[in-house]
Amino acid sequence: MTAPALETRGLTIRFGGHVAVNDVSCRFTPGTLTAIVGPNGAGKTTYFNLVSGQLRASAGQVLVEGEDVTTLPASARTRRGLGRAFQLTNLFPQLTALENVRLAVQSRADAGWSLFKVWNSRRDLIEKAEAVLERVRLSDKRHVAPKALSHGDQRKLEVALLIAMEPKVFMFDEPTAGMSVDEVPTVLELIHGIKQRGDTTVLLVEHKMDVVRSLADRIVVLHNGSLVADGEPAEVIASPVVQEAYLGLEAARA
Amino acid sequence: MTATSAPTNIPFDETKVRSGVLQSLLSSDPPRSRVLSLILVAILFLLAATPFLFSGSQPLSTAAKICVFIVLVASYDLLLGYSGIVSFAHTMFFGIGGYGVAIALERLGAAWTSVGIGLLAALALSAALAAAIGLLSLRVRAIFFSMITLAVASAMAVLASQLSEITGGEDGLSFQLPPALRPAFRLLSEPVFGTAVNGRLLAYYLVFFVSLGVFLLLLRVVNSPFGRVLQAIRENEFRAEALGYRVVAYRTAASVISALAATVAGALMALWLRYNGPDTTLSFSIMIDILLMVVIGGMGTMYGAVIGAALFVLAQSYLQVLMEAGSSAVAGVPILPNLIHPDRWLLWLGALFIVSVYAFPGGIVGRLRQRGN
Repeated sequence: MTAPALETRGLTIRFGGHVAVNDVSCRFTPGTLTAIVGPNGAGKTTYFNLVSGQLRASAGQVLVEGEDVTTLPASARTRRGLGRAFQLTNLFPQLTALENVRLAVQSRADAGWSLFKVWNSRRDLIEKAEAVLERVRLSDKRHVAPKALSHGDQRKLEVALLIAMEPKVFMFDEPTAGMSVDEVPTVLELIHGIKQRGDTTVLLVEHKMDVVRSLADRIVVLHNGSLVADGEPAEVIASPVVQEAYLGLEAARA
Repeated sequence: MTATSAPTNIPFDETKVRSGVLQSLLSSDPPRSRVLSLILVAILFLLAATPFLFSGSQPLSTAAKICVFIVLVASYDLLLGYSGIVSFAHTMFFGIGGYGVAIALERLGAAWTSVGIGLLAALALSAALAAAIGLLSLRVRAIFFSMITLAVASAMAVLASQLSEITGGEDGLSFQLPPALRPAFRLLSEPVFGTAVNGRLLAYYLVFFVSLGVFLLLLRVVNSPFGRVLQAIRENEFRAEALGYRVVAYRTAASVISALAATVAGALMALWLRYNGPDTTLSFSIMIDILLMVVIGGMGTMYGAVIGAALFVLAQSYLQVLMEAGSSAVAGVPILPNLIHPDRWLLWLGALFIVSVYAFPGGIVGRLRQRGN
């Protein structure tokens, strides 16, 4: 059996006495979209931070295609194929939308250490960035800086950066949060398209159960930092532990 | 409000490739303002023609100082304006360049090989120091980096004055230049446009062309893919790291490049003055001057360095003369002559600085570009 694209073994982080992520072991294989669900404070985003390197684990390991990356900084993990879109929009606020994406393309092309070329002589990078903007339907705003974009457009740009990275593992952290209803389908189609390619591994943190149901091949449930359920969407949603820990609350509220 | 809060950036399409020698020299980063272009061309022309336009040694010395400070300020702008790194050790590298050339010329004799050896040794030392400071401290919070640069720069200044055997201490070092740069040297027997083509003139053009070259090189670096990463890091270092750029490495590289350029500037300064001492290259007051020049000219624009350095050095050299004239012109009036007495020039420079920061937060270049759009 080939190594999974991404694997965590006993991943744990403590903040003082609080265990935010507790001994989470999980494998993610290419061609699968895994939804990570759980109530607020369950440790979903913290788990993402541990995987992509924004936080260092207290214990446990992160492996990308079988290689242990636990001690590597975020940039090195990114270069090994981990791509991350952030929950709170996290862009370069003063640079244009095109430049935001071009920087992602440039990183992917490993062109950052070129000191004596003029940046815009790399037409290929600009064209690629423009193609990505086209895919997220932001072409007409290519010269607008994120600080002047609407919230929905900022979210789309965030997704554009991730697509431009062409990672092996896509990590989406609530990509549709705060988006207006008519913008959500664009992003969901993009994620669906990424999944359809078959060679990509997608991790999706999402609160909206309808989105999870329609996209996910597998659901992982975190509760108080621990993995409490993992399996086929139908079977996970039906399991009593999930009904109690998470979905019950949602159902009661709805 | 909607009209004014519309994006102010880039009606100028920077992705369009402009061909031509000038565009290539300017790294596709033209001044983007007619007035700014005119000012820059005027400065370039005046600096290039100073030996033929003005007589006497003071205009030439002022012009040489402007050239050197353009490089020094531009290299600092690479750090502060483009990378968002606040360093107080910039004059340390300026001083290392000055002392490198001065010590080599004094010890090894007045030859070009001494200049070469001194400069290379200074560049190596600067690069090593900048890399060490960067790797040790650029991963921590920005304020700690600034404080460490302050500490290292102070230590270096003390070291330079203590090691008087080598550095001449507080007195500094005077030395002989290679023969071709001495005033007695004549390249042509006949004067050109009434100006003798002697070693002093050659020394000036050495300073001028090396400064021009280093400035254009810095302009290229900030407009390279690497320079773009620096700006990304300045904007959002967390995201730059997440995109796969090793932030510490990029920042360290930026401070090494900046240090190397400052070292070259220091070497030019020493060559021009035939002297190097704590007050000409190493003192903390020069550090403050550099900061003022960057801010007045406009941070993160490179061209701001040209304008800031030209304005500031001119003010330093001629504001006192101007005030002297003004003061004696109003000699009868109460208070006024005292207020514009030449000794108060720093006060007025300070006032000018405060006004310019309030009126043009983006510096002179920022203001001109805004107007142009």
